Amino acid sequence: MITKRIIPCLDVRDGKVVKGVNFKGVKDVADPVEMAKFYNDSGADELVFYDITASVEGRKIFSEVLTSVASQIFIPLTVGGGINTLDDFDRVLKCGADKVSVNSGAIKNPAIIEKAAKKYGDQCVVLSTDIALIDGKYHLFTGGGQKDTGIDAIQWIIDGVDHGAGELVINSIDTDGVKGGFDLDLLDLVASKVNVPIIASGGAGSMEHFAELFRHDGMDAGLAASIFHFKEVDIRDLKKYLIEQGINMRI
Amino acid sequence: MIAIVDYGVGNLFSLQASLKYLGFDAKVTGEKEDLKKADRLILPGVGAFEDAIAKLRATGLVDTIIDETSKGKYLLGICLGMQLLFKKSYEYGEFEGLGLIDGDVVSIEDDLSPEAKGVLKVPHIGWNALTLTEMGTCDSGCCDAAASGCGTASDCVANPEGRCVDPLFKYTKNGDCVYFVHSFYGKNCEKSTIATAEYDVTITGAVRNGTVYGTQFHPEKSGKVGLDILRAFTELK
Repeated sequence: MITKRIIPCLDVRDGKVVKGVNFKGVKDVADPVEMAKFYNDSGADELVFYDITASVEGRKIFSEVLTSVASQIFIPLTVGGGINTLDDFDRVLKCGADKVSVNSGAIKNPAIIEKAAKKYGDQCVVLSTDIALIDGKYHLFTGGGQKDTGIDAIQWIIDGVDHGAGELVINSIDTDGVKGGFDLDLLDLVASKVNVPIIASGGAGSMEHFAELFRHDGMDAGLAASIFHFKEVDIRDLKKYLIEQGINMRI
Repeated sequence: MIAIVDYGVGNLFSLQASLKYLGFDAKVTGEKEDLKKADRLILPGVGAFEDAIAKLRATGLVDTIIDETSKGKYLLGICLGMQLLFKKSYEYGEFEGLGLIDGDVVSIEDDLSPEAKGVLKVPHIGWNALTLTEMGTCDSGCCDAAASGCGTASDCVANPEGRCVDPLFKYTKNGDCVYFVHSFYGKNCEKSTIATAEYDVTITGAVRNGTVYGTQFHPEKSGKVGLDILRAFTELK
């Protein structure tokens, strides 16, 4: 039977992982390769790397980092951050990414979803969205969740899937950083509208939150950063716990 | 040298990197001479069947691939590369494959039960558990075909659990998870099926006909389990 996925997310700036703390057995927590190995050995089902570099030089370093990770870690790798054109897709895929996550780049230029899906296949295109509830409506945000576009987020997602997005990252701004659990209202609504895999993001604070997430239909994966980076939750323990809760997990 | 057949389809970075990681010399190539010289062949592939089979035929390498396997060279088709080995595909039409595996490639969606339709997502993406086909009845772990007369494969081996399996699964346990990404699957290929996975329908996970192997899943993306399967492939004799 298909298993639910646990995905740690690593932000990389100038070739270093941001937000890393001390991990037992990891010499350099800022080293993306070391961190990727650590998570791979812990049972992570997939890794997401976000390039949060602003400079051209930093982007070049990111490509080198990605190549190095993809040469040593053989689980699916999704890459996002700074994806605006087909050339950007090409650049990260050539460095060993399997899937490419597009967010603000698709808001600026929605045609990129369809173009990329045609060129690389739906399975390669991950539509990542930052969403907040504003006056009873889900709004799509851009610029790393900073700016309200005023766009209806649910319609945006439906259109994105119609145009070939093969997977969704749904990040709730309302629950992000609160550690009170995933935004299940939003996630349920999305799941009722589309039939592609959903990666839930924003709000994971405990192992129970993942169990709660996976009890809802249509949830395929849980993504988190700080609770894994700060060792509040160990992926191996989390998976063991979820299996005890009757949820299918890869061990 | 392991030749990864290059016919302009898909991203071959991880496949080449994983073989290199295991210490093997892998060359991405579209040259006949390389395919002839190689110890083993890998046929990769992502995308649509019609486009891929047309591109593969256009390289003029098909006869060489078939010749080499009939002379006893091992071939591994991965994902769409496995599907290309089949006789026929019904992916948006009806297309002839290489015919090295007796069976058809059909839509997962069409075969889902009414209860699963709209619930299970297609493409089938993610980690799924493999059920290894039992090759024989020798539960002693002997797997000496001459002595035990077991199984359909004359070269079956004992896996880490002592079950009698195909040598591709020498290091694989029943229930090990591997990574799948596909919307169509191999069917009517029972005689060649050496592993399956459940997704409402029984997905053909891996096939074999003589020296021709195929995996629907991506061993180069399946962590240690996948690397072990690639290693076993390189050790086939």
